[in-house]
Amino acid sequence: MSSANTTLAPVLIIGARSDMARACALRFAQAGHPLMLAARGGADQGAQGDTGALVRDAADIATRHGVTVTCHAVDATDIDAIPAFLDSLPSLPGIALCAVGYMGDQPDSQRDPQAAARVLRANFEGPALLLGALAERFAARGHGTLIGISSVAGERGRASNYVYGAAKAGFTAFLSGLRNRFNGTEIRVITVLPGFVATRMTEGLDLPARLTAQPQEVAEAVFRAATRGRDVVWVRPVWRVIMAIIRALPEPVFKRTRL
Amino acid sequence: MPPPLVHLSGWGRYPRRPTRVSAPRDIGALASALQGGEPVIARGLGRAYGDSAIAAHTLSMRHFDRMISFDPATGQLVAEAGVSLGAVIDAFLPRGWFPSVTPGTKFVTLGGAIAADVHGKNHHGEGSFAAFTDWFDLMGADGSVSRCSRDENADLFWRTLGGMGLTGIVLRAAIRLRRVETGWIRQRMIPAAGLDAALDAFDAHMDATYSVAWIDCLASGPALGRSLVMLGEHATLADLPPARRARPFLTPRHRGLTFPVDLPGFALNPYSVRAFNALYYAMGRRKAGAGLVDWDSYFYPLDAIGQWNRLYGRRGFMQFQCALPLDQGRPGLRALLGAIAASGAASFLAVLKRFGPQDSPVSFPMPGYTLALDFPVNTRSLGLMPHLDRLTADHGGRFYLAKDSRMSADTLSRTDPRMGDFAAWRRSRGLSAHFVSAQSERLGL
Repeated sequence: MSSANTTLAPVLIIGARSDMARACALRFAQAGHPLMLAARGGADQGAQGDTGALVRDAADIATRHGVTVTCHAVDATDIDAIPAFLDSLPSLPGIALCAVGYMGDQPDSQRDPQAAARVLRANFEGPALLLGALAERFAARGHGTLIGISSVAGERGRASNYVYGAAKAGFTAFLSGLRNRFNGTEIRVITVLPGFVATRMTEGLDLPARLTAQPQEVAEAVFRAATRGRDVVWVRPVWRVIMAIIRALPEPVFKRTRL
Repeated sequence: MPPPLVHLSGWGRYPRRPTRVSAPRDIGALASALQGGEPVIARGLGRAYGDSAIAAHTLSMRHFDRMISFDPATGQLVAEAGVSLGAVIDAFLPRGWFPSVTPGTKFVTLGGAIAADVHGKNHHGEGSFAAFTDWFDLMGADGSVSRCSRDENADLFWRTLGGMGLTGIVLRAAIRLRRVETGWIRQRMIPAAGLDAALDAFDAHMDATYSVAWIDCLASGPALGRSLVMLGEHATLADLPPARRARPFLTPRHRGLTFPVDLPGFALNPYSVRAFNALYYAMGRRKAGAGLVDWDSYFYPLDAIGQWNRLYGRRGFMQFQCALPLDQGRPGLRALLGAIAASGAASFLAVLKRFGPQDSPVSFPMPGYTLALDFPVNTRSLGLMPHLDRLTADHGGRFYLAKDSRMSADTLSRTDPRMGDFAAWRRSRGLSAHFVSAQSERLGL
């Protein structure tokens, strides 16, 4: 663990500034994987001219685990820039994880098509096309692991967040299709369905403790899935049960619920 | 929108004080929180026992948990104030490094360790946390940041070490780790039938890296001060059985056992504690001699039980920790232990330790001895504590602010004249209007 283990595949983390992504990055680094952290702004300085958030996280991970960590700028919603972003990486990663996500505000999304489009792009179009582009490069090389952090919100559309849910549903379907396409090859596709997670995105929300995972739990589940081979990861198994019930409700019943 | 009003306590769960807690995510947000006008205090993992880390506006440092750099040539680690010693061990023990000074919990942040200038089982030979702190960056009330070290802003450096967060907010610090060959400690246990035997054992083993005694506070008469003195050395590779040498840093993982409920207040009573103590001492005597113990069990036995503070029930508990100067140690300890045994108040955890040299403007340790006890919050304990305060004062002793939850301002000024200077210095620097804890208000700091 002391020196960077060159035999381990480099891991690309897209949307690396989120709490979940940071926990995943730390977990892969703990196992000795070199990292490429990609986020909006890349290695830019912070607002006060201090160390930028991504550089701060990169130094933290490198100091803790003695692995090589590089910082890269990416805007997941700028799909024209995807090839240039992938070309700018020091190498094609062995594992790519996309943790890009943006909850938005459901009432805003209902009123303002631009707001809704931002949610759809940040949760579906951007992440799907980024992983799609990586899939093509992995296919050309012959191997690679793609990990997409989707959401249980994509399992069924609900009044309270169906724009976000629809985007995540799209992302889940996209990952499922990729997995189907690459079955029998050395390319693996993992869908992560975290449920509630205590992160900056949910800070201030009153979430039930038994249903709420810590970012470290998500990271552990992602790492295990990547090393042991799982297709779909429910971070807290209770969510699998809850969503099975919610999916099983007949539409005439479901439409009357307030979930 | 200001954060909601909550009631917060320290690790002893007593007292509980109203406060608003915010957790800034970066330096900019921290600086703006300071400009709010309300007095603030920084809080790490909340392991101070009393009201040290509670203010009108409490600033949680939990988001300042990044490590910054490590130099294997010197063992110097630079990290943000919210990084815990546990995180340091997780990252660096596998590479052969360990904190140079650690208190009895690894759930302490660097900021908290500096603010309390914590000590460990090696104080007699190596000093307190200050001795391994090269520098830190401190944010003042106006949001400006000063580098503090022995050479730069030395005054601020020395008053922040042990200054209980009352000098500003520690942002990041450079500390030196020690090289270790294994994750194991070679422990030697010496049973001591009474106080003199225990203190003699400390004196005879000043060259041991670690020394501490568990003391049976309910033993009286000739058995007064009956103890198990525990010495420790970092085990070398050669000390390990051959089977362990291939992976010397691999030690048993302690399962995260969590204390599930508040025990009823009567569960820890003089009878149950007396029975436990007698058993523990008898077992210790049987196990006397040398053995290998993993680092976690040796340094942090209580960390293995999450929320062990619930042992004392809902009303919580108080710590009493004093230091006595070398020349007053024997009579002072005799008087204190006599008073405790006579009161019958049950202290479940009682620890005695020899301190080495220390000469700091505000830090707790002094050359001599320290005695740490805890008591459930009840009328008997509350009645006993002022008596122990007086005995400590009569023997030239003073108190550890990281443990204190109920001392009077009068007791503090009587036992620690340095604190009057500290309070005056705070006023002269305009700090007393900005950095204020419930404890500093109570103690007139």
